[in-house]
Amino acid sequence: MIEIKGLTKIYKTPGQEIKVLDNVNLYIKKGEIFGIIGLSGAGKSTLVRCINMLEKPTSGQIIVDGQDITALNSRELRAARQKIGMIFQHFNLLSSRTVFNNVMFPLEIAGVPRREADRRVKELLKLVGLADKAEVYPGQLSGGQKQRVGIARALANDPKVLLSDEATSALDPQTTRSILGLLKDINRRLNLTILLITHDMNVIKEICDRVAVIHNSKIVEVGDVLEIFSNPRTPISRNFINTVMNRDIPEELLYRSKQLGASMTAKLIRVTFIGESAEEPVITSMIKKYNVKANILYGNIDRIKGKPFGNLTLELLGEPALVDKAVNYLKNLDLEVEVLNGD
Amino acid sequence: MVIELNSWFADKLLTATWETLYMVIISTFFSYLFGLPLGVILVTTSEGHILESKGVNRVLGAIVNATRSIPFIIFLILLIPLTRLIVGTSIGTVASIVPLTLAAIPFVARLVETSLKEIDWGLIEAALSMGASAWQVIHKVLIPEAKPSLILGVAITAINLIGYSAMAGIVGGGGLGTLAYYYGYQRYETPVMWATVIVLIIMVQGIQMIGDALAAKVISRRR
Ligand SMILES: Nc1ncnc2c1ncn2[C@@H]1O[C@H](COP(=O)(O)OP(=O)(O)OP(=O)(O)O)[C@@H](O)[C@H]1O
Ligand SMILES: [Mg+2]
Repeated sequence: MIEIKGLTKIYKTPGQEIKVLDNVNLYIKKGEIFGIIGLSGAGKSTLVRCINMLEKPTSGQIIVDGQDITALNSRELRAARQKIGMIFQHFNLLSSRTVFNNVMFPLEIAGVPRREADRRVKELLKLVGLADKAEVYPGQLSGGQKQRVGIARALANDPKVLLSDEATSALDPQTTRSILGLLKDINRRLNLTILLITHDMNVIKEICDRVAVIHNSKIVEVGDVLEIFSNPRTPISRNFINTVMNRDIPEELLYRSKQLGASMTAKLIRVTFIGESAEEPVITSMIKKYNVKANILYGNIDRIKGKPFGNLTLELLGEPALVDKAVNYLKNLDLEVEVLNGD
Repeated sequence: MVIELNSWFADKLLTATWETLYMVIISTFFSYLFGLPLGVILVTTSEGHILESKGVNRVLGAIVNATRSIPFIIFLILLIPLTRLIVGTSIGTVASIVPLTLAAIPFVARLVETSLKEIDWGLIEAALSMGASAWQVIHKVLIPEAKPSLILGVAITAINLIGYSAMAGIVGGGGLGTLAYYYGYQRYETPVMWATVIVLIIMVQGIQMIGDALAAKVISRRR
């Protein structure tokens, strides 16, 4: 649905050039929720803003629904933009218009006949759960309600794609969840492709199907959310995952494991469970089978895209040979097992 | 201080007040007719804006600055030939409207520019992202969003024009300025002077109050 080819963006300021996007290539499928995560200044906003040409790419192509956005004249671009909805961190609602007329705004721009537009606005306000706020001005709404208006407005012209630039970053966690829920709902009901950018791994975990990690102007990793969570390949991805699941081991635990005699060994392992295996009593079986002791240091279970996803940090105590066997047992169960304290 | 107002004088004062109001209202109207679009062009052609054009922006900016730097009294004299051409005479209320309007246009342009510059860029981008044209951004976003500030600008302009009209009055422009000058200054009728001053104060206060009230009304509805 969105194809980004060799996208490069260079900002020229007096005295220097900053490469904000460096040969970005991405393919976003129809109907998926695609997340782009990166640290502040990584180039996320620039990237989404290139997709509707709010920012002009220095080079590269952006193809939305078969149309090369970078090759359009200004009239064609305006028409194309009507089919690319966008929501913003600070909502950007017009304070001079009621909620109703804010949602009406894009329909006015597109020249939709008044009666049809009226009906459409009512429908949209119902969809986002704000039918009772139609005649209220945005100044009287909470952040979450404002973003709902923003979403309704972005959907007014039946876009093929919805772009979201940190749409939940100004909201509290609970409101964030409800807005994400709404986006997911819209995605499912309308089969709408959503591209969202965020610096919050929770957002990715909550609703994204796939994710790209952007770092220093480059895409460093792309994949299924579940895959990246269970097997991050870059340090930056690992850091993001750590923000939502504690994976750091306190120093003293690594140290303590070494103060044992020769006949005993202690291994610190981290086991990652995905899907059904998270629900099986594998640890109990391992303990029984190999006669090792397991000390639970940290555990966490979560849901990503509806699948249980957990990780457990264990200290295994026992005879060296048995401990090794126990580790192998877990590995053979197709679990992701990481040994944290070497030998 | 007690001012004896005989009916002859009351009549004069009333006529002069009406003339001043007439000049101010008409020249405020015409200065916005030209100044508002000029202000919009100044903003939208500035760097990074929706109609960015360095050339247009620089030329208009220079003209506006040049006009604003001419003291009004000199402007009045300079414009006499033009006024004659447009109105047929350079004396009287109607004739004053020409220099008043022309002097206020660049002032209005800058006021409008300041008001429109305050609009959050995010709103403009949101409109652009929906496919809005420059014209749609101007009349659906910039102007409505800046409405309270624009209303206050109109009040400031009108108040300024009261002062200018009094100055024009001294060179035969009519209104309260002429009254104060001929009777108050040249004939030493101090009460006349004071009476016009009081009327001017009331006029300025009144316009400011109306402006404040209208702006506040718009703002309070949006909150
Ligand atoms: N108009 C501009 N001119 C020059 N540099 C810019 C401009 N806009 C952005 N940049 C620079 O480009 C880089 C990337 O900016 P961008 O806004 O895309 O980052 P981001 O990933 O969205 O960050 P954040 O999470 O803080 O929003 C930053 O270093 C920023 O300073
Ligand atoms: Mg950003």
